[in-house]
Amino acid sequence: MSRRLPPFERFLEANRTTVFRYLTAAVGPIDADDVFQETFLAALRAYPRCTEADRLDRWILRIASRKAIDHHRGAARRPIPVAAPPERRTEVDPAADGFGPAVVAVRDLPARQRDAVAYRHILGFSVADTASLMGCTEEAVRASAYQGLRKLKEQELKERAAWTND
Amino acid sequence: MDERLTISTEEADRRSRQAVDRFRAMAAGAGLVDVAVGTVGSPVGELLVAVTPHGLAAIAFEGDDRDRVLDRLARQLSPRVLMAARATDDVRRELDEYFRGARRRFDLRLDRRLMSPFMKDVLGATARVPFGRLATYGEIAGRIGRPTAARAVGAALGANPIPIVVPCHRVIGAGGNLTGYGGGLPRKELLLRLEGSLPAA
Repeated sequence: MSRRLPPFERFLEANRTTVFRYLTAAVGPIDADDVFQETFLAALRAYPRCTEADRLDRWILRIASRKAIDHHRGAARRPIPVAAPPERRTEVDPAADGFGPAVVAVRDLPARQRDAVAYRHILGFSVADTASLMGCTEEAVRASAYQGLRKLKEQELKERAAWTND
Repeated sequence: MDERLTISTEEADRRSRQAVDRFRAMAAGAGLVDVAVGTVGSPVGELLVAVTPHGLAAIAFEGDDRDRVLDRLARQLSPRVLMAARATDDVRRELDEYFRGARRRFDLRLDRRLMSPFMKDVLGATARVPFGRLATYGEIAGRIGRPTAARAVGAALGANPIPIVVPCHRVIGAGGNLTGYGGGLPRKELLLRLEGSLPAA
């Protein structure tokens, strides 16, 4: 028997900051607001039938993760404007926007690595919590997080090299 | 690597608050809010009002435990309870008119699902006591065919989920005492002065 659902208002207030942090990493700071709307609209739609009243924090992050995947699929289908600048991160200033310089590259990781890095290293969840959230083993979490971090580091090195070559 | 992967909680808090403001309007617009909650300023303190597709379901006074009010709405009506000010605009407008003396009768639809059958009878009879008039607990008991139930009538009025709009403040003791009020006696007094049923202070 699961616990009674709290008023959606309280659930929203309790989880909005964590969901926003996750989405800032998973889809980037510019699109985080839009995917936040989609996440909580989907949650509100499903809320009366939700059977996870005792772990709503996990429930909403799983919805956010699915919405991030949908977002990336949609973005892949959208045609890239011909005149688009090659550097798309000029739109945000990590320092001023309150996040570390490696955050903007997390969204470009494959979905499993993206989630493993976001849950483990940005939200600071334990390996066990991340595994239960992602529905996989702790070994798989460690492997995905490791591969994700390695890619982020390679990316940073590449960019640094590009800077010095300028 | 980890310090290069931080996202400030303060910044996310600020941004998510803006996102939530947008979300409230979208959710109400999409018809996904079963219980829309808003606040209304008034001379008896800030009121919390709850509106469903059936009508006005609850009014709570400032000082009531708001968490408990929301819990009750979630339990008895629907867990899809959300602060959505715009969805409560009609109630806010009529209450504003009432408190500035421009309205003597409310035209709001009421959602009576928070009332027991006995309360529906008692509050139905109470709703027919007009602005500027008073009734006693015994009179209300008589009007619902339960002439000996004055005490139970008092209890039902004390639990009125929609005070002010269902005017339980117009029901007083046989000796002319105000007796009691769910929102506290000073509020009952103020409402009756506003309606001219008690001399102005």
